[in-house]
Amino acid sequence: MRGLSIDYLTRRGAVHAVRDVSFDLEKSETLAIIGESGSGKTTLAVGLIRLSPRGTKVTKGEILYTKDGVTSDVRKLDDDDLREYRWAECAMVFQAALNSFNPVITIWEQFLDTARAHGMAGKRRVRDRAGELLDLVHLDARRVLPAFQHELSGGMKQRVLIALALMLEPQLVILDEPTTALDILTQRSIIDLLRQLRQRLGFSMIFISHDLSLAAELADRMITMYAGRVVEHAKVEDMFYRPRHPYSLGLLRAVPRVSGALGNITSIPGSPPDLIRLPVGCSYAPRCPFAIDACREADPPLLAVDTPQHEAACIRWRHVAEVLRSDADVPVAEKLA
Amino acid sequence: MTALIELERISRTFTTPDGPIRAVDSVSLALEAGEAICIVGESGCGKTTTGRLLSGLIRPTGGRLLYEGKDVWLTKGADLARFRRAVQLVHQDPYSSLNPTRTVFQTLSAPLFRHKKARSGRQALAVVTELLQRVDLTPPEYFLTKYPHQLSGGQRQRVAIARALTVDPTVIVADEAVSMVDVSIRISLLNLLLGLRSEFGVTIVLITHDLAVARYFARSGRIGVMYLGRVVELARTESLVGDPAHPYSAALIAAIPEADPEITRTKKRVELRSAEIPSLLALPPGCTFHPRCPLFEAGLCDALVPELLPIPEQREVACHVAVRERAGEPAAATA
Repeated sequence: MRGLSIDYLTRRGAVHAVRDVSFDLEKSETLAIIGESGSGKTTLAVGLIRLSPRGTKVTKGEILYTKDGVTSDVRKLDDDDLREYRWAECAMVFQAALNSFNPVITIWEQFLDTARAHGMAGKRRVRDRAGELLDLVHLDARRVLPAFQHELSGGMKQRVLIALALMLEPQLVILDEPTTALDILTQRSIIDLLRQLRQRLGFSMIFISHDLSLAAELADRMITMYAGRVVEHAKVEDMFYRPRHPYSLGLLRAVPRVSGALGNITSIPGSPPDLIRLPVGCSYAPRCPFAIDACREADPPLLAVDTPQHEAACIRWRHVAEVLRSDADVPVAEKLA
Repeated sequence: MTALIELERISRTFTTPDGPIRAVDSVSLALEAGEAICIVGESGCGKTTTGRLLSGLIRPTGGRLLYEGKDVWLTKGADLARFRRAVQLVHQDPYSSLNPTRTVFQTLSAPLFRHKKARSGRQALAVVTELLQRVDLTPPEYFLTKYPHQLSGGQRQRVAIARALTVDPTVIVADEAVSMVDVSIRISLLNLLLGLRSEFGVTIVLITHDLAVARYFARSGRIGVMYLGRVVELARTESLVGDPAHPYSAALIAAIPEADPEITRTKKRVELRSAEIPSLLALPPGCTFHPRCPLFEAGLCDALVPELLPIPEQREVACHVAVRERAGEPAAATA
């Protein structure tokens, strides 16, 4: 992904939902995109498979995708190649709580539809494949296939969605809030399932969530988004233990834990900016305790910081590091306190 | 000391086409004035129904709701009106709990006029201004004329809290009041509620599915864990989180993903015997948790319903095995 920007065209003007986002994803790697509502994370994910709704405009950037040594730009694919890319190469799992299924057909017909749309012929072949996939996600095919979506629990629906996504053995699976709105024990089983599947099938994963703990569970690398921009990009340990952007730090401090010390938990003051009229300079500056005058003059680019493969869009990152380092050997949960 | 508000073996059964559903089954809970308590559980455990029973919005089908020692459902007239003012409910969804055609001022002044706390527009304006300041919606003049759609989720929830405060309640029941707002502002809402408690001595019952939120909110209070309509454990927050006595509480705490890669990837798990949650229409006999419970003992757990019994450290647990092991004596169970 290179310099992608996506706008929503509205009557008030263009909403800059995603601004100049770049990242790489290796084979078998898991990337977590973390952000709050309105940070542009879902717009970004939907943009990745070119499913953006009407009224959306990709203003610049490339989505480069490499298979068998051949690299192509997803934005330039024709309809046939796009269909092939979607699902066969890159499948998306939406939130199960939302309307991801057609409510008037059974799960079996759902499988059949997907298979047919992608040229998989023969009912028997589809049935065998569906059985395999449901087995993989620990569901009983005999019970699930004849059912309608409303007959399944939230956790079962999420499992079926994951099974459907894996039908054509994609290289990349994008998951949007995969565990939101699920109960704790169900959440746990979905997390364990994803970890298992990734190990067995070796696909890459991008998941989008507001939930830091999900990233802590599954991600290799992490991106924090704020007001449509990537503000920090790091390995998961660096993000949690050595954050360099004040927003990432603020998020980490805002989440209470169940294990370990409770610590001193604080909210981030203020609210996210209006995406139509972004403030001049860093869009986080109005809420940032580290902000200085220079922050309000120019929007900082992603800067390499003191740990390898770690970037933060903050000219004050040294200061953030300093504050965190002041009590170096304390585990981060306590350090943030 | 009598409790301010008390549920006494309260039950609520709903009639559905598929048969009766016992959403809440003989729950007892006594709250002192100024207490912060959390009720946690998964969906369908009856926590919302318990909140509605506690605030007197639905009539129990068994047991009693006591306010200052009096049975609420037997009181009438002025006493009942006093209860209605004293206990306020804040809903989960700030997007649908506020009337979209009313400004913040209209929303907040209506109960003032209704309960004769204000007799003129000017008086109402003064009270509303003060309320908005109390919930940190400043400057108040800016918010007075706003409609709900012009506010963010967090701001709406503050308006909903301000509305509950219009009638000077002694108890606020907040049902998932922070679940729909962004993480970065969740804590400030919880702090707002906690501030009301320390400043005005309001008792606050927070109903949530999020144990981390519950731990933060009730850090100096208690947490009650519900499963399929019953309270399975009630304890001081730190002892519940650090050393859960009921196997269900233990399973929940072990399953929670934590915002710390080292902790969360090395956490000890509690293996359940089954992942399936029984239907409320066909509850298992004995302890309803027994088909999933790692401590299951045949002949005991599937035969006798465990009562919520006290064990050391001021806690109560509804589990034959835990009671026996923690108290060092055989479980006293009633069928």
